[in-house]
Amino acid sequence: MRTPLIVSAAALVAVVGPALPAAAAAPTPSPGAATVTKAGTSFLTATAITAGQPVRVGASTGDYLYWSFTASAGQVHRVSATVSFPKARGGPSVWSVDVFDGLRRRQACTTGAQTPLVDATATSVELGCTLREVRSWADPWSADPLPGTYYVRLAVAELPEADLGLPVDVDLLVSTASDAGSAADDGELQAPLTADNRAGAVLTGEPTPAPVPESDGAGWLPGLGSRWAWTTAGGILAAVAGVVGFGLTRRPRRP
Amino acid sequence: MINKRRSTAVLLGLLAATALAGPPPASADETTEPAAEPPKVELVLDVSGSMRARDIDGRSRISVAQQAFNEVVDALPEETELGIRVLGATYRGKDKKQGCLDTQQIVPVGPVDRTQAKAAVATLRPTGFTPVGLALRSAAQDLGTGTTARRIVLITDGEDTCAPPDPCDVARELAARGTRLVVDTLGLAPDAKVRRQLLCIAGATGGTYTAAESAEELTGRIKQLVDRAKDTYTATPTVVDGTAGCVDAPLLSPGVYTDREEFSTHRWYRVPVRPGQELRASVSIALDRPVRPDHGVLLRATTGDGRELVRGVDAGSGRTDVISAGLRWSDAEGSPAPKPSEGTLVEPDIVCLVVSNSFAPRAGTEARPGMPVELTVGVVDASPAPAGPGLGRGWLLLAVLTVAGLLTGLVAGLLTRWWVATWREN
Repeated sequence: MRTPLIVSAAALVAVVGPALPAAAAAPTPSPGAATVTKAGTSFLTATAITAGQPVRVGASTGDYLYWSFTASAGQVHRVSATVSFPKARGGPSVWSVDVFDGLRRRQACTTGAQTPLVDATATSVELGCTLREVRSWADPWSADPLPGTYYVRLAVAELPEADLGLPVDVDLLVSTASDAGSAADDGELQAPLTADNRAGAVLTGEPTPAPVPESDGAGWLPGLGSRWAWTTAGGILAAVAGVVGFGLTRRPRRP
Repeated sequence: MINKRRSTAVLLGLLAATALAGPPPASADETTEPAAEPPKVELVLDVSGSMRARDIDGRSRISVAQQAFNEVVDALPEETELGIRVLGATYRGKDKKQGCLDTQQIVPVGPVDRTQAKAAVATLRPTGFTPVGLALRSAAQDLGTGTTARRIVLITDGEDTCAPPDPCDVARELAARGTRLVVDTLGLAPDAKVRRQLLCIAGATGGTYTAAESAEELTGRIKQLVDRAKDTYTATPTVVDGTAGCVDAPLLSPGVYTDREEFSTHRWYRVPVRPGQELRASVSIALDRPVRPDHGVLLRATTGDGRELVRGVDAGSGRTDVISAGLRWSDAEGSPAPKPSEGTLVEPDIVCLVVSNSFAPRAGTEARPGMPVELTVGVVDASPAPAGPGLGRGWLLLAVLTVAGLLTGLVAGLLTRWWVATWREN
């Protein structure tokens, strides 16, 4: 009786457990984080923020506001924003929050009100976007989220033209919804997807040949990582269990 | 024996490499060189006759603007160089030709003498015409040329009364010049016509538009724009001229570039990528003029002979500032060509990048100059695909191994018992 109870309780925890963070109340800024009062207006001038750092900035309706944050493998980030309207507006509008990776590739939101429609009479609107889990490695041809910079763009997508230029107040918070961490031996990105924002230089001559870089060698041996520890521990456990199993089959000694 | 020794050495080497690798390299942002120039901003104020209207909190528009300018000058960041230009401030006559030449710089762009600047602003009286286009052109001249971005803040209450030139065309023409120029516009109690004109000017240069209906709003916004100039003025890409084909395309090193692309045209660039390196590129095309709602951008990487390697694409509908796409590419391992041995010299691959757009102009939209293109190029170490690990991980693995061990032990024990029993009997 007791065992099934424990099993079912464990199953319940396993099912409900992961769902709990998502169901939790609105994300809160990390304690002590300084409020950012700026926003960039393009990818190049995006204001850098960190997860848990609140943003509060005044803007005009129609502005495109950019922020950037850094994500590492195993993390899931959630962007939540509130736009409040101190002045009366002429009609309904659609607001949108878009997230791009370091290569300016559009990122999908798994949940959240990414493009909410807001009535002319509403005084504020909430936007949200939960990103996918950042992978530690992905094929160059895929668009999976990778470690590096992420850009958040907040703007109004549809509105009556007469409402352009009216003041709005924007609150934004990027929070880490979960952080699974990652092991290096599932592939690793050699350089994070961080845009090189320095002005480039046009090369004049043809590039010169260069020596082939030395390979690491030992391709057959997996690199040092947690898998070695897990497998070794598994082997030891198996050996111990084998001895125990062998011992179980022995006749109990007669006194 | 030798094999064993070698694998030990490899293990030790791997251990050392892991320990030595340490934290990841600093991001590229930190290596940005300090700019030689200070941030440069010019405020352009409309002092035409309509500024007399007393419709902002019961005060005249000009007095609100004067108060805002005083506060901005007081709060000016130390390093920012500020200039002030006025338009329609002196000519009282009725001759349009004469009135449309009426624009003066009352504070030259440079370190600001606060008292002098305030005195110059205090003497302004609403007077003449509104030559916005000419004022913009002159302001661009005042700010000069250079490698960093310049910002113009245009404050006006009425539409341009001197077209041609249409101020929006002037803005687009100025933005297409070598020096990066952003025009932010502020409408004082604007009507629909003024709003449309200021939106057009702002959109053409990547600036913003604000409707100011109180002194507080006006002051706050100008301060924000002047501060923004200080924060962002160094982010200026190199101007490059893409070609219509790959053969003579400019050869790019990692960094940010800007170019112009017209409707339905292609721009080609080349990037050298050595074996073992990965190419990263992204492109943004700005919608600086009215276009039809649906639009798209396509960035492709091809080999020199036109074979496509990879593409990045994005499309959208409706209002947006830029539309962007990006791609990664590295030479796949196990390519058919035999791998050259270590130390030999090899030519880098030349990868061609081509940017194309699918914008449709609205009736009357100018095609030239082309729309602004921003291209970032990065070349980093390639990230090889992880090999099948050959080792396991996780609690399930431990459980499986333990159960397997236990079963093996049990079977071995039972077999031994059976064997001992039969051996004894015989």
